[in-house]
Amino acid sequence: MSLAQTKEKATKERLTSMELPLKGWSASARSDAYDRLMGMGLPVRRDEYWKYTRPDAFTSADVPRAAVQEDNDAPIFDALDCHKLVFVDGIYSEEFSDGLSIDGVTLELLSSTSDVDIHWAKSLYGSLEKKGQKPVARPLAAFNSAFAQEGILMHVKKTPPKPISLHYVRESDVSDVMLHHVVKIDEGASITILESGDVAARCNMAIEAEIEKDGQLNHVRAQGRDHERNALTHIFAQLEEQSQFKSFCLTMNGVLTRNETVIEMRGDDGMAHVAGASVGDGDFHHDDTVFITHDALRGESRQVFKKVLRNGATGVFQGKILVKPDAQKTDGYQISQSLLLDDDSQFLAKPELEIYADDVACSHGSTSGAIDEEALFYLRSRGVPAEEATNLLTLAFLAEALEEVENQEISDVLNAHLEGCLKRGC
Amino acid sequence: MLEIKNLCVSLEEEDKRILKGVNLTVEAGKVHAIMGPNGSGKSTLSYVLSGREGYEVTDGSARLLDEDILDMEPEERAAAGLFLAFQYPVEIPGVGNMTFLRTAVNAQRKSRGQQEMSATDFLKEVRSEAKALKIDADMLKRPVNVGFSGGEKKRNEILQMAMLEPKMCILDETDSGLDVDAMKLVAEGVNALRSNDRGFLVITHYQRLLDHIKPDVVHIMADGRIVKTGGPELALEVENNGYSDILAEVA
Repeated sequence: MSLAQTKEKATKERLTSMELPLKGWSASARSDAYDRLMGMGLPVRRDEYWKYTRPDAFTSADVPRAAVQEDNDAPIFDALDCHKLVFVDGIYSEEFSDGLSIDGVTLELLSSTSDVDIHWAKSLYGSLEKKGQKPVARPLAAFNSAFAQEGILMHVKKTPPKPISLHYVRESDVSDVMLHHVVKIDEGASITILESGDVAARCNMAIEAEIEKDGQLNHVRAQGRDHERNALTHIFAQLEEQSQFKSFCLTMNGVLTRNETVIEMRGDDGMAHVAGASVGDGDFHHDDTVFITHDALRGESRQVFKKVLRNGATGVFQGKILVKPDAQKTDGYQISQSLLLDDDSQFLAKPELEIYADDVACSHGSTSGAIDEEALFYLRSRGVPAEEATNLLTLAFLAEALEEVENQEISDVLNAHLEGCLKRGC
Repeated sequence: MLEIKNLCVSLEEEDKRILKGVNLTVEAGKVHAIMGPNGSGKSTLSYVLSGREGYEVTDGSARLLDEDILDMEPEERAAAGLFLAFQYPVEIPGVGNMTFLRTAVNAQRKSRGQQEMSATDFLKEVRSEAKALKIDADMLKRPVNVGFSGGEKKRNEILQMAMLEPKMCILDETDSGLDVDAMKLVAEGVNALRSNDRGFLVITHYQRLLDHIKPDVVHIMADGRIVKTGGPELALEVENNGYSDILAEVA
């Protein structure tokens, strides 16, 4: 069988027992997404884009069982004043949430709008994902658009008084959750969206965000520290003139995590910063895949990814900056670094620049290194025990990525969380 | 305080003997100086005492306050009261100087069963010690030694010494890379720490540091051994005549 035939067969098999939720305003988007998915087929290992990460756990019919984390911390962002929305194994919990009403923002559940035919999200849902399929296919994102069970539809008309915190609780060892959030930010409005928690044994999450002129989206995600889960996330963001998008993701543990970020800088003078810090141990496999397209003047983009890997953990970075012919004065920066705490761990990096404009500044770098023995000895000679000294140097290594979180309160919370996790060995 | 007997040390990686039976006793309240030509083993002695990797002790012992330190981890030696002021203080990007100091102070207190220092007490003490060494607030905030001048790095070493209050201080060529003013400042810092229950071992090439930190005893080290011991006048002799006369005399 050819690769295409193998894929078609596997995709059909995967989807046999799944029913496409074709109701209301999202029906046409879902059936389009379904057709896209059938056209592309689910990813297999022979796909170039999945060369470093096995997609099997995301595509298998059976959910790989993942034990619920027993000693879970309090939700990390509870320390902040936020508007909190809680999902339990992918189902919105009215009981634990602050409700769907906050000044300046329309909040709705994807599931609760399924009986209306006209909705503001109709023009957005699945459309950024569709655009994001070129030049690289992302079939699992189309899969999500077609089958997503739930999500928040967020229309930001004015800047809300506090961040919106999406907290995901997991109670099941076999939950299989697909969430699809849509965020529309009107001209001049800004919002901070926080995400935290364990989500599901297997999750496939997508965010589509359209940021109008002068709008801002700050996104901070702290993925759960449950060990066995498989997590796949996509963010599709489209930036209009002078708009800003910042996203930071902290990952500890998880047997498999792939975070894809796809950004289109469509308006002039936009800014997009994507950063991530991850710490993993043993069978941890963590993949950051980023694709930023500059299609406007004077866009600034930054990718800062740091991974700490030990006991055979694997880190992957696939980051691309594509500068289209008219995107003059683009300023692109990309750095991916790993700190390998032993000889068994590995970091696989594929930095890519593809530039068609002639007046741009783009730079990229990627490194892998061990703990600086000199620094370690210096700390120990001052009385700091080896483990504590290693943690201090690990935090120092991750600092550049964490500094991408502008809000001091949020960054303090992340730092404290990270420090605590390192102290007790994640 | 510090008692070194017949200490023999080789490099781990290659079969090279560096210390060939060092005998040295530093009493509490005294300042001992070690001088010697390049390659005589002075810095190796300081590294071996502080627990740096890469050296193999083949014979002899080193005891601090009657405890064998050679089997201890570097952090245990520090907690036992040993402090090495580095010849080349290490830069640690990403770790704030204050965080570093507080972590070190509290780690030592913890290992001695003392309570951790409160943030306010710590801040108060750092500020007053820093002021004496002319270390400004900016230097305290910056990452450890990153972008510090040679003088600032050495002052930072002395600040750590002041905060950690060790029993036995080893200064490894603290005068290297310092201009006269910086050297005076560092020496003043060291002198302020001199006390009856603290010992010092000052390793240096030159007499000039010893003009400011007056030693009680001066040792000359050559080819991995202490070859001559005397009073401060020995340092002057080196300054005036070089090492060759002394080495010829003991040969």
